[in-house]
Amino acid sequence: MPVPTLEDFMARAYAMELEATERYAQFAEQLDTHNNREVAQMFRKLAAVEALHAKRILEEMHWPSMPALPPAYAWESAEGPETAPFDAMHYLMQPFHALEIALRCELQAQKYFEDIAASKAPKNVREAALEMADEEREHVRLIRDWLKRVPQAKPGWDEDPDPPSTTE
Amino acid sequence: MNAPGVVAAPAAKDFKSATKPVWCPGCGDYSVLAAITKALATLGLRPENVAVVSGIGCSSRIPAYTTCYGFHGVHGRALPAATGLKAARPDLTVLVASGDGDGYSIGGNHFLHACRRNIDLTYIVMDNHVYGMTKGQPSPTTEPDWSSKLAPGGTGLREFHPLVIALASGANFIARAFSGDPNGCAALIAQAVRHPGFSFVEVLSPCVTFRPEQREWKTRVHSAPVEPTDDPGRAARRLMTDDGFNVGVLYQGSRAPYRPASRSAQRVEDLECQFRL
Repeated sequence: MPVPTLEDFMARAYAMELEATERYAQFAEQLDTHNNREVAQMFRKLAAVEALHAKRILEEMHWPSMPALPPAYAWESAEGPETAPFDAMHYLMQPFHALEIALRCELQAQKYFEDIAASKAPKNVREAALEMADEEREHVRLIRDWLKRVPQAKPGWDEDPDPPSTTE
Repeated sequence: MNAPGVVAAPAAKDFKSATKPVWCPGCGDYSVLAAITKALATLGLRPENVAVVSGIGCSSRIPAYTTCYGFHGVHGRALPAATGLKAARPDLTVLVASGDGDGYSIGGNHFLHACRRNIDLTYIVMDNHVYGMTKGQPSPTTEPDWSSKLAPGGTGLREFHPLVIALASGANFIARAFSGDPNGCAALIAQAVRHPGFSFVEVLSPCVTFRPEQREWKTRVHSAPVEPTDDPGRAARRLMTDDGFNVGVLYQGSRAPYRPASRSAQRVEDLECQFRL
């Protein structure tokens, strides 16, 4: 997907952060519903971090509000590169799993920016992409550090002798 | 800012209600809900011009999660309710949400006749090959050898093939989508709504709680390698080699939708007379 101008590139970056924020917030709500408060809180934190990144883009570009976004179907992947898929979730998941999801998303975002930095986009776009890729690399490092501080999931973590039943 | 008197077209979020879904985290139905709201926004519709009708099951909770008019009806009977609604209010865009149990078993008969009638509805069936809401009984699309606590050794019964049934019964638009691609799913739903007549979209929507192996569906789905056809014979031949994971539009017919002749509106008092004992 060609990125013709810096504004277009930053609008995509903003859309990416916004989608990631919304998805993490949805995950937090899902886990609240299933009374998995610890991981819900973790997703809420991740949503706040992504929201901060989105805000920073607005400030950097001196945009008063959300720019005109590229079409929803513009991503090369099914959704934005930093958006965690719905099927990554489980009601019995642990903090370790939430961080694994976040790590995958940050790695995808890093690759997305690296690809643009290596593309034939205008020089100022490539420079901005390189900067973003560096930021994502730093996030990857932070999440890897965080992962070391939480207990790993034991085999059978998702086994439930009495799985949920939804009532009408 | 909009010019005075100009109302902005609703965005996808405007079609989402404040009610939080209670589906299991990881359920494909979250994506389908996102796809429906995106499709409605793409089509430039307004919530008050859309009705979402459903039966019973996990997927049938969707009307509560939208801001459109909604009717959460009786098990398997979403299609008759939606047919009546569309006949009475042809100006509304009517979506019907169902699952493989509700739509193909309890409501199987209605499915055939809705296809045959070809009334202008969009029927979205979230297929996860299991009754999730009631803890994992095999459904009509469950594989014969799927062994579980509730069906040790599997049912041994041949699966129902919804696309074949839809084609044979006269559906005017037949497609398959995958919940793991919410944007692709939204595009197919939008296409189905635009197509006149009875449009059927089967959405492969994994149940990660009772069929965790369905997480692998994302590695199995693939775009149908051919263009949609308006020839039912050709569509039928394609279905002979369908592996169940082809995603895209299979058939786009041109049969005129059924539109009952409009009758002059009756007064409520006259209608009540018909129900007097």
